[in-house]
Amino acid sequence: MSEPTAFEFERVTVRRAGRRVLDQVVAAIPAAGITVVSGPSGAGKTTLLRLCNRLEVPDEGKVCYRGQQLDELDPLMLRRRVGMVFQRPTPFPGSVADNLAVAHPDASTKELKAALKRVALDPGLLGQDARTLSGGELQRMCLARTLVTQPETLLLDEPTSALDALPKQVFETTARDLAAHGITLIWVTHDDAQARRVADQIYQLRDGHLTGAPTEEARP
Amino acid sequence: MNTSVSWLGLAVSLLLVAVAAGISWWQRLGLQRQILIAAARALVQLLLVGAALTLVISPHRSIWWSWLWVAGMLGYAATVARRRAPEVPHLLTLALASFTAAAVVTLGVLFGLHVFPLTGRTLVPIAGMMVGNSMTATVLAGRRFTDELRDKRDEVEARLALGQASRQAATPYVRSALRAALTPQIETTKATGLVFLPGAMTGLILAGTTPLQAVLVQAVVMFLVLAATATTTVVIALGLIRRLFTPDHRLVPLPAPADH
Repeated sequence: MSEPTAFEFERVTVRRAGRRVLDQVVAAIPAAGITVVSGPSGAGKTTLLRLCNRLEVPDEGKVCYRGQQLDELDPLMLRRRVGMVFQRPTPFPGSVADNLAVAHPDASTKELKAALKRVALDPGLLGQDARTLSGGELQRMCLARTLVTQPETLLLDEPTSALDALPKQVFETTARDLAAHGITLIWVTHDDAQARRVADQIYQLRDGHLTGAPTEEARP
Repeated sequence: MNTSVSWLGLAVSLLLVAVAAGISWWQRLGLQRQILIAAARALVQLLLVGAALTLVISPHRSIWWSWLWVAGMLGYAATVARRRAPEVPHLLTLALASFTAAAVVTLGVLFGLHVFPLTGRTLVPIAGMMVGNSMTATVLAGRRFTDELRDKRDEVEARLALGQASRQAATPYVRSALRAALTPQIETTKATGLVFLPGAMTGLILAGTTPLQAVLVQAVVMFLVLAATATTTVVIALGLIRRLFTPDHRLVPLPAPADH
């Protein structure tokens, strides 16, 4: 029996300013573990990720999530099922609690603290102004904010590219922990070493083409 | 006291234009030609408008001519707004919708509730005040909202990615744009009478109306302008949400900012 897939890309093309950012991409991203999409800057990795929660739509082809075509799904529901953490942390004005409440206005303090603990952040930070957090803390707060929506799948767009070694390691450990708890992770990075550290399977994206089938390369 | 201005008086007042041009010449600003052209153009435009208004608001003429004049003003104001902020997408249609909405609200209250009698003589100047004074706020709201969405695209998309609908995701930026657009008008309203005497009131007093009557008219005009700016700016902002987000809650690519 074949492994269940989270996303299927069927001959997906995205054009921007006359250039094919993605060109006839065909892929099946497994629902289990961490799938890394690696490749150089400008290869189309972010675009591929943004197609997964319909922040962008393809010019040609179709994307399916767990067997359903994305344009047949309610985009707001889809985005709560498929969360996204962006390359640059995007704190909203206000405290950490205010930030988490944007994702779930009715969440109790207990739930918000649990979300912070899940990403290895001190629950005592809830009342702190989000913009005073360090880069690593900020990125994990953004991850916690996404987790508040209880997503099945997480899209991570180079989330550690601006972090030092230690916060990067903490983020990777947190991500592995989330994957171990059944969340599908799709992680875009241009850092090959990181790809090898975190991936259960790796795709290579180059010049808009997804090259080769997912490798069996896994963490040591 | 007769306060009407004769043609001779108008000619004498051109001395003031000469003063402005003289200062430009003395300080070598190179603006003499522009000052003279601006003054001549304003005079010709005012005379033409005066002649047209004399025809339009004549008591013997149907009020529909006045309504037609108002419609023309709304259309022209929309084109001016579009010219002032070309970087704001769809501003022509949105400005037309917003000025029309403001006209319905303000003229509806003032004439529907008989604050003024509905005649060409009242309709045309009141509509002119409404459009003229809400123009800046309209352009400012549209420009500010578009700038906010462009500059904070990451933040807006982070909100969308959390499952917020486009209207909800845009709310903080709508508020910011509306505050920026309405605050100058609120400040002007506060300072009226203390810091400066507004145009309508000054004109009425010069024309021989009693100060109390001039004040009452001016107060109504101020309230009219407040309501008009609030209405036009909110219509622009809500209209822009519909234009700048797709039905499936994506933020469209936004044009690069213009120099302003």
